[in-house]
Amino acid sequence: MAEKRVYEVVFIVDPDTQEDEMTKLTQNLSTVITDQGGTVTRNEVLGRRQLAYRIGRKNEGVYVLFEVEGTGSEISELERRMRVNDAIMRYMTVRVDEDRQRAEKLRARRQRKASKRPGFAAAAGGGGSSAPSRGEGGEA
Amino acid sequence: MSRNIERERDFDGEDEGPQERRPQGGGGRGGGRGRMRRRKVCRFCVDKVDIIDFKDVKLLQNFIPERGKILPRRISGVCTAHQRMLTEAIKRARNIALLPYTAD
Repeated sequence: MAEKRVYEVVFIVDPDTQEDEMTKLTQNLSTVITDQGGTVTRNEVLGRRQLAYRIGRKNEGVYVLFEVEGTGSEISELERRMRVNDAIMRYMTVRVDEDRQRAEKLRARRQRKASKRPGFAAAAGGGGSSAPSRGEGGEA
Repeated sequence: MSRNIERERDFDGEDEGPQERRPQGGGGRGGGRGRMRRRKVCRFCVDKVDIIDFKDVKLLQNFIPERGKILPRRISGVCTAHQRMLTEAIKRARNIALLPYTAD
């Protein structure tokens, strides 16, 4: 339970790589993760984007996002592979499970607070339904 | 009637006090009426944001002025907790070239 960690890995691929090479590359990387015992829960090409600053004489890059579940060992292997690969201009891994847990807690607390004050909720629900519904929309 | 006028004057007096001070500090925007200082509310608290995503460039861009620096809390009105999340997100976005470190 405590071992399951969730990471977001974003990397920038050289915009000059061919389409089929791109797919091969992402497939390779995801098999690296699965080989190490992790799972790729999300595999998304965010698309070609102008870089905010030049990286290795390139002004553009193709952004790819992985969401990985695992213990952390597959991340080190993945990062090693990406470091070696010339087509990958940059990568970054962010651990997200802790932040998400915290967010979940905050949301639960907010809900608890809202239900604790039935008068307030009833008044808000009866008075102007737009306000509470907007709040719920933000949470979802 | 006269009492009402007096009361209005009182309110005016109260309003004018801070009004005189404000133009000095803020440079005074607008003119005439409505020069009351609006209390800034953290927009993330209003929207009940718990996670500020570093990939949300459109959102983050609101908090980096031309120079590329992070907008201070005293200007944006963001609360401490959310400012902390925001800076973290901006720094992450900079790392992967979604946002500039400097702009010039």
